[in-house]
Amino acid sequence: MNLRRDVFQAIADPTRRAILLLLASQTMTAGAIASNFETARPTISKHLQILTECELLQQQQHGREVYYQINAKKMKEVSDFIEQFRSMWDDRFNKLEAIMKNYQSEK
Amino acid sequence: MERKTKVDAPQGIQEIVITRDFDLPLVLLFKAYEEPEIVAQWMGTKVVRLENRKHGSYQFETSDPQGNLLFSANGTIHDFYPNQKITRTFEMENTPFPVQLEFLEFEKLTETTSKLTMQIVYKSVAFRDQMMKLPFAQGLNMAHNRLQEIANQLK
Repeated sequence: MNLRRDVFQAIADPTRRAILLLLASQTMTAGAIASNFETARPTISKHLQILTECELLQQQQHGREVYYQINAKKMKEVSDFIEQFRSMWDDRFNKLEAIMKNYQSEK
Repeated sequence: MERKTKVDAPQGIQEIVITRDFDLPLVLLFKAYEEPEIVAQWMGTKVVRLENRKHGSYQFETSDPQGNLLFSANGTIHDFYPNQKITRTFEMENTPFPVQLEFLEFEKLTETTSKLTMQIVYKSVAFRDQMMKLPFAQGLNMAHNRLQEIANQLK
């Protein structure tokens, strides 16, 4: 498994990017995070799980509550910015290619 | 696996060049830039306007499910030669980023493959680097305060 690639896939998703932005300045519980989205709670949980598995987020137990926070160290690791930028365009172009292949076969 | 998308960002120069070989005939690759509904699909944004002609303009908008505007961008089309090239500007609204100039060149490689070369010129090297450091923020509104905070964390 290529973990590095997974990190870039993790941040390619708009909801996960929004979660990272939300957590940039504060730690929050899963419930508080989910309340910022229309998306169903289990979907947000899944996103949190992916971000945690990629080590972009860390969990902290405070009494009965689990708080999520950004893992700054991991964020630095992925801040090889040219690769990140390339990866974003690669995702975008892969999508373009897939859409146009479908378009072609429908003709 | 060979990387299909390449990014060349020479140090100290305020431009980048993105190249990509597509497993698509040239006409289909160009169509993906020409048809508003298709642009919307792969860019993941709403295409409010797309006038493919000299002095034409375009506008993109992305909203969250509650209808809040997350991202908006616009530009002017300077040149539009079907299956050859598009020259346009791109500006993200409500952000500190100045307008950028984009030269898109489309080439036929074989009957079934094609190549896109996208040269982007920024106002300064600093703006170029800042823009590239925020790829996961692109598509979200830069005016959000939290964005600046996350950008600071990345420094």
